[in-house]
Amino acid sequence: MAETAQHILHATSLLTELKKNGVTHIVWLPDTETSSMFRAIEADGGVHLVPVCREGESMPIAAGLIAGGAKPVVLIQSTGFFESGDSIRGVCLDIGIPLLILIGYRGYEGAGGRTGDSAAVFMEPILKTWGIPYQIVQDDADCSRISEEYQAALQTKHTRAILVGREYGE
Amino acid sequence: MIECLDALGALSKQRADRIVVMHMTTRQDWPQVSQRAELDIPWIGAMGKASSFALGLALARPDQKVWVLDGDGSLLMNLGGLVTIAAQQPKNLLHVVYNNGAYDTSGGQPVPRSGEVDFCAIARGAGYPHAYSFDGLAELERQLPAILAQDGPTLLVLNVPSMGARRPVPGRGTTQAFWELQEYLAQRPQA
Repeated sequence: MAETAQHILHATSLLTELKKNGVTHIVWLPDTETSSMFRAIEADGGVHLVPVCREGESMPIAAGLIAGGAKPVVLIQSTGFFESGDSIRGVCLDIGIPLLILIGYRGYEGAGGRTGDSAAVFMEPILKTWGIPYQIVQDDADCSRISEEYQAALQTKHTRAILVGREYGE
Repeated sequence: MIECLDALGALSKQRADRIVVMHMTTRQDWPQVSQRAELDIPWIGAMGKASSFALGLALARPDQKVWVLDGDGSLLMNLGGLVTIAAQQPKNLLHVVYNNGAYDTSGGQPVPRSGEVDFCAIARGAGYPHAYSFDGLAELERQLPAILAQDGPTLLVLNVPSMGARRPVPGRGTTQAFWELQEYLAQRPQA
């Protein structure tokens, strides 16, 4: 995909969309697909950042935040999503928490694109197997999908996901 | 060592209205001494992550004191979580470790370096401002009020014997307890 003005995903656009929904906390572990988010969140100061040491911590932390009335999202890479299997199963799906997980889609080559990266090959099949609805966000014009999935998670009390193709700066 | 129910009984006497997250073996032992079952949250999903759930709860509600009853085996599954907790410095979090050197839930098989792991040193190294270990009931009872009066996060290691697998204790499941806790807290908004 050409990086024209219309086809760029900015970290600030992601953050703005989360704030529209009243998100209070971002539980995360940095990744290459959303590398500018940290600076954007720090600069904004309006959302509490909860960095984790390993991604499997992020869902239980988010569950605790939700139980306490906060509005968190999780932001991790696909590799961390794979690592988090027991947390996704035992927390997100068994309890049925209304959580939006934003997943850096490592190796994604666009719709119909071919990739040799197993992190991309297995990503969507695993979401489908676990019954986690998702949409892909590739540029600023797609950001409304974040709100759609966040609101759907709240309404259905079900964990949902956004796959982030790649963001390009602030 | 302190007998399991004696150690938890000492905690229960000081509990007041603190929210208690129970994990692994303590899910069977704590209900035998608890006087506030409605504030007891059994954590079953995501092995080793009860402390992570407790962290989220403590961050969302700094006005509420949160205890998590972890096991040594479950803490070993989530050692990085000590650093995650320390990074947030939740003043309202007490992290209890039921240190029996074994996976009692699965029958009492030893954990790696059973009984030899210095959890207090690890917690202090991670950034917990306070960490204590107790082998005797009298000393635990004597020091507990002062420990609980301090800001957390605090690690409290209770050295207890391995008793093997317990019989299941009837009570709420995680899902029911989760939603009832959310409702309980929603009815008590922060000042």
